[in-house]
Amino acid sequence: MFFKAVQQIKVAFIFLILLTVLTGLIYPLIVTELAQFFFPWEANGSLIQSDKKLIGSLLIGQSFTSEKYFWGRPSATVPPYNAENSSASNLALTNPAYLTEIKKRVALNNKNNLHNKNNLIPIDLVTASGSGLDPEISPAAAYDQVPRIANARKISEDMLKKLILAFTKKRFLGLFGEPRVNVLQLNLILDNINYERTSA
Amino acid sequence: MILENVFYPLAFYFLVLLLCVKPLGAYMARVYEGKPCGLDFILSPVERLIYRLCAIHPEKEMGWKKYLFCLLFLNLFGALFVYGIFRLQHFLPLNPQSFNNVSPALAFNTATSFITNTNWQAYGGENTLSYFSQMTALTVQNFLSAATGMAILIAFIRGLIRHETNTLGNAWVDITRSILYILLPLSLALSLALTSQGVIQNFSAYKKINSIEHSQEQIIPMGPAASQIAIKELGSNGGGFFNANSAHPYENPTPISNFLEMLAILLIPAALCYTFGVMVKDKRQGWAILFAMLFIFIPLLSITIWAENHSNPMFTALGIESAGNMEGKETRFGIVDSTLWAAAATATSNGSVNSALDSFTPLGGLIPLWLIHLGEVVFGGVGSGLYGMLLIIIITVFIAGLMVGRTPEYLGKKIEPYEMKMASIAALIMPLVVLLLTALGVVTSAGTSSIQNPGAHGFSEILYAFTSMGGNNGSAFAGLNANTFFYNTLGGIEMLISRFWAAIPILAIAGSLVRKKIIPINAGTLPTHTPLFIILLISVILVLGALTFFPALTLGPIVEQFTFWRTYGY
Repeated sequence: MFFKAVQQIKVAFIFLILLTVLTGLIYPLIVTELAQFFFPWEANGSLIQSDKKLIGSLLIGQSFTSEKYFWGRPSATVPPYNAENSSASNLALTNPAYLTEIKKRVALNNKNNLHNKNNLIPIDLVTASGSGLDPEISPAAAYDQVPRIANARKISEDMLKKLILAFTKKRFLGLFGEPRVNVLQLNLILDNINYERTSA
Repeated sequence: MILENVFYPLAFYFLVLLLCVKPLGAYMARVYEGKPCGLDFILSPVERLIYRLCAIHPEKEMGWKKYLFCLLFLNLFGALFVYGIFRLQHFLPLNPQSFNNVSPALAFNTATSFITNTNWQAYGGENTLSYFSQMTALTVQNFLSAATGMAILIAFIRGLIRHETNTLGNAWVDITRSILYILLPLSLALSLALTSQGVIQNFSAYKKINSIEHSQEQIIPMGPAASQIAIKELGSNGGGFFNANSAHPYENPTPISNFLEMLAILLIPAALCYTFGVMVKDKRQGWAILFAMLFIFIPLLSITIWAENHSNPMFTALGIESAGNMEGKETRFGIVDSTLWAAAATATSNGSVNSALDSFTPLGGLIPLWLIHLGEVVFGGVGSGLYGMLLIIIITVFIAGLMVGRTPEYLGKKIEPYEMKMASIAALIMPLVVLLLTALGVVTSAGTSSIQNPGAHGFSEILYAFTSMGGNNGSAFAGLNANTFFYNTLGGIEMLISRFWAAIPILAIAGSLVRKKIIPINAGTLPTHTPLFIILLISVILVLGALTFFPALTLGPIVEQFTFWRTYGY
């Protein structure tokens, strides 16, 4: 009886080692090999470069505060868009601090945005994202910023609207997700920066 | 609008899920019955090699005690292994950011969390764990804890279908086959599909970039994420590679990846119902269980979607558009995909999140919480959900038997006091630890000092934390600072208790049932596949969940919802 138990304990130990090798080393390595072969750009973080320098990832939002750029969602990380510690605000709707925070975000929008005061503020411009790194905003949030950017850059609003339309991504099968535009992508075009994908 | 934005996506999602149930369920039945299943030509040499190296004799069957003994030791070594790797992380390879060793309390909590299939996230992936820790500690336990759940389920099913014998199968064989033939191939396919969408899979050091406007340095984390995320969703694990879990764009970059991951969350738990039907040679039994799960899941899901879609009354005065509650939700998912995920991941014991549950409306947050309170039997964890459900079925046939005054039986096996005692122990232990620890958290400063949001919501944060760990779920009202000595140690102990004090009675029941005769169906047999029985089963689940937790819920989300309405209007 005792001998048999010891034997099963030995089996458990060797079994764990073998499965660690299989599922903890061989499996991730196979996935890495395949992913690097089939989808090298995606597997390496959807990074983009300009003049051989990394300028960002199309999946990780960057902080924009100047009037001449499209702004992304408010970010709850410290500092905003800190990719080393993704997180949400986790504020409860009943928390007085949440109301204060929302009022701050609304004030910022009303101060700097020349948006038609009769228009309501798009909700994603005043609510923090789940990751703090959301790279996208709704088309409504982008259109809302058009007058401000057009004024700051002295360009036509129509051109900006066309730009937003061209970069709007649709829902999957018309059923899942929401329409959206990538903030970094829009701003790169505004700045006339030529960029290329890199899997380095 | 409602049709287009809510009904069609949900209908499509459940349709795809149900279409997968039969083929995958039939496939898994073949795997566990040891029949050829199509992948043998590649996998059976690997399987034989594992048996040979471990000196496992696959044909040697085990009684319930031996079966349990093997699983317990595998999990014990697993926990020690994870703990060891975390504590020595700094000296181990694949640590390009040179992260320090993990603190003892956090290492203990995470080790127990991953061996119990809870995957409670007190750690922040991208700033705590090396690639080596993520792979050899977390990914491995994602596989092993899922396979442990599946093995216990299969042993229990054998207890029902075999008669007048002592053995329930070979634990090593059941675990090996679960991993090799089911979890690994599915994970491989899913992780590749996810990388095509932008989930990362590499071993580079973190990238430094200079942001466009501020020329500030932004550090972008890297790592082998896809391989872990695939099994995290399939194995109802849920522990994220990154702190923000599936809200992080590198874990879940597009609506397509989101759809695939949501499908993966319910896939195996739903398909196992069909496997059960095949193995007991009465598919109606499996469908009956699956329908009972769906009939609980869909109404509760609808309530959350309604609550989150309902505009925040305080926004109107501030000139913000009325478009539901977007705090803590990602643009690409919006309200419906975020709430569907929240419900699916809490109905199963998955516990991953693609939005911040702490910022849900009180009612919207109540539903995920209560779905865990229902005992993780509505889909539940892989294996553990269905064996939990079978336990409730035993309680249900017992109650039905009392009503008509006959000896209760299930699938021809008599349910006697021993089974009922064991079933009661297993069903009562989770509420007991959850409520006791919540009470402890509320009355000690060690518990309350972690709260982020004041008032009733702060109570909900503590209740959610101990519910999530006690239900082996792993999701969180993440405002609560869980990485403290208090929550790490008590939570770790809680996860062990609720996982194994359910698993042990389950195997004991299996060991008792397997010795019994199968009684032929007669006029007095209560059929367990009829609508009547499904309604009875649903009532038992809801009544158990409501009676045990309603008082606690009243103090938290319910009172908070009324406060919310009173303060800001409807």
